Amino acid sequence: MSSSERSAVKAETRGPVFDWAKLVLNGALPLAGVVMALAVAGVFLALLGANPLTAYAALVAGSLGSTFGLTQTLVKATPLLLVGLGICIAFRANVINIGAEGQIILGALAGAAVPLSMPTLPGWFLIPLACAAGFAAGALWGFVPGILKARMRVNEILSTIMMNAIAQQLMNFLLQGPMMDPENVRQGTFLAQSARIPTQAWLPRLVPRTLLHAGLILAVVLAVVVYIFLWRTTVGYEIRAVGLNPQASSYAGIDVPFNVALSLTLAGGFAGLAGVVEVIGVQHRLMEGLTSGYGFTGIVAALLGGLHPLGLIPAAVFFGDLLVGADKMQRAVQVPSSLVTAILGMIVLFVSGAGIWARTWAARRLAVGRRGAEARR
Amino acid sequence: MKGALSLQVLTGILNSMIALATPFLYAAIGETFAQSAGVVNLGVDGIMLLAGFGAFFVALTTGNLWLGLLAAFLVGVAMGLVMSLISVSLKAEQGVSGIGLYMFGLGMSSLLFKVLVGTVKTIRGFPPVSIPFLSSIPFAGPILFHNSVIVYGAFLLVPLAWVVLEKTSLGLKIKAVGQNPAAADSLGISVVGVRYLAVCLGAGLAGIAGASLSISLLNLFQDNLTSGQGFIAVALVYFGGWSPFGVLAGSLLFSVVNSIQLWMQVLGVDLPASVAVMLPYVLTILALMLSSNRARQPAALNKPFDRSEN
Repeated sequence: MSSSERSAVKAETRGPVFDWAKLVLNGALPLAGVVMALAVAGVFLALLGANPLTAYAALVAGSLGSTFGLTQTLVKATPLLLVGLGICIAFRANVINIGAEGQIILGALAGAAVPLSMPTLPGWFLIPLACAAGFAAGALWGFVPGILKARMRVNEILSTIMMNAIAQQLMNFLLQGPMMDPENVRQGTFLAQSARIPTQAWLPRLVPRTLLHAGLILAVVLAVVVYIFLWRTTVGYEIRAVGLNPQASSYAGIDVPFNVALSLTLAGGFAGLAGVVEVIGVQHRLMEGLTSGYGFTGIVAALLGGLHPLGLIPAAVFFGDLLVGADKMQRAVQVPSSLVTAILGMIVLFVSGAGIWARTWAARRLAVGRRGAEARR
Repeated sequence: MKGALSLQVLTGILNSMIALATPFLYAAIGETFAQSAGVVNLGVDGIMLLAGFGAFFVALTTGNLWLGLLAAFLVGVAMGLVMSLISVSLKAEQGVSGIGLYMFGLGMSSLLFKVLVGTVKTIRGFPPVSIPFLSSIPFAGPILFHNSVIVYGAFLLVPLAWVVLEKTSLGLKIKAVGQNPAAADSLGISVVGVRYLAVCLGAGLAGIAGASLSISLLNLFQDNLTSGQGFIAVALVYFGGWSPFGVLAGSLLFSVVNSIQLWMQVLGVDLPASVAVMLPYVLTILALMLSSNRARQPAALNKPFDRSEN
């Protein structure tokens, strides 16, 4: 960490004097990043002969123009929020978790396996058990790169990407073999999907005739829990300390490797939970393409939410909105939905590029302010 | 008969190995330059995708493969400039900005492909060129000396990169800013300039890696053509201990495992395909664990340089 960043960290922990700088950092900056990304993407669209205004109008109308669109936004925001919570925890320990895609898959596998293997048990038992199993499976998929980083300094970005590929193949194997829908096999269609899970294990719907399910409430509650965990508990404090300065944390007696491994394990758990919620809340079966890129979009949401569990809530809703709108845009004005992936990438580039710049700027303002105060004294 | 079959299979495995290793070599040697200068460019896969599309599109519309290759290199360099601007000048967290570059390349290549091309088309890529005399060596000749210029280029790049990194003043400068940027700076080397150069050169080579897929080996473009090969290339740099020959060894090892896996499927070995496909990824994790070369890691890897701190 550079000295300017360190002073910026100090600035963040100081009193109300620098609240305006914090506001700029946490609010305006990500918004500026989004606006710039949309503007640049608009230029690309115009060059390709598509009208960017029509495309964006279709995007907004598709996601916000109807009750169904609105509820779909929240349905997509739910896994993004859960994934993003894990990304936040890992990021706070200065660990970059690119493995959410694989962790979602593991969570979905476990979340589907539980109700499928015990179809006669009641829902009040199956739903919590599926969630616990999915959390554990995702956590395991985070623990492996976590322990490798902690003990053998294996770069977590690379190991989590490899774990994603392994998880993908594991799911392919199970869906084409042991977990394939027996009905499917009997009819000879051989679709790569599992049987439907028993209805008592489905998450209850919040709005009738939409897909909005109780997973949203779970995700919002967990956002508050993660906030309390990171800022009001000793373990959370240690994770953040390790992220800010591992050397100092180590001198202070904090077990750095433990916290690194823990943060990735928890990150995996939350991503796993996102997988469970997709299975028991939306799809009601395990199927290919279940992650829909939530693992990567969750990273962008976490960054845009200022790596703060509560800031993540509006960010997740925003990206949910973008994903829903993209599908509608593709159908309405024939602009491919992959535009959104490119926009996500640009948001990351702008926000990561501008973040350090703004922090340096805030630190400079801080230094100037301090010098001024000393002069007055 | 059985002997003939196994010789045929062995030739097949080695042939696929050479082909599979080609994109890894370009991308990983390029990344070696960037990382030697202290910058981890995680956007390699995105660069390969967008440049691979660029090469394919230019070759498809102009019919000139060399123009396609040039387009790929230029797309790569342009994306390298973006990466340098954000990670070197603006000092962003390199892991994060690289993921941004990856997503940009992934989304943009898919968008451009759907708008400009639409359906999967194939083109006539670089043809194999037999090297006189050498290609008639029994067994080894057809494997090693009957390939496209892109493949020869990949293998020639290895000693070339070694010479540049170890025997030229540019190479020394690259390694100096990767090991001790403050010392390099005090000797009047422009840390920022050298890092820009190394990242852009590496990104240009990643662009050629993308072109090697789209206009030389597969001769088509589709969504997510690379399916993560760029990330494996980054891993190969760690595995190879930041040395071009180490990268060569890693690329060949990874490719031979992959090609055995492909041939096992061709021959109908009783192992589920998905389990076989897993093998190279498991191998990569093991390789990352076992690579004892970590002492060779550029000391300033992943660390932005801030003059005011020193």
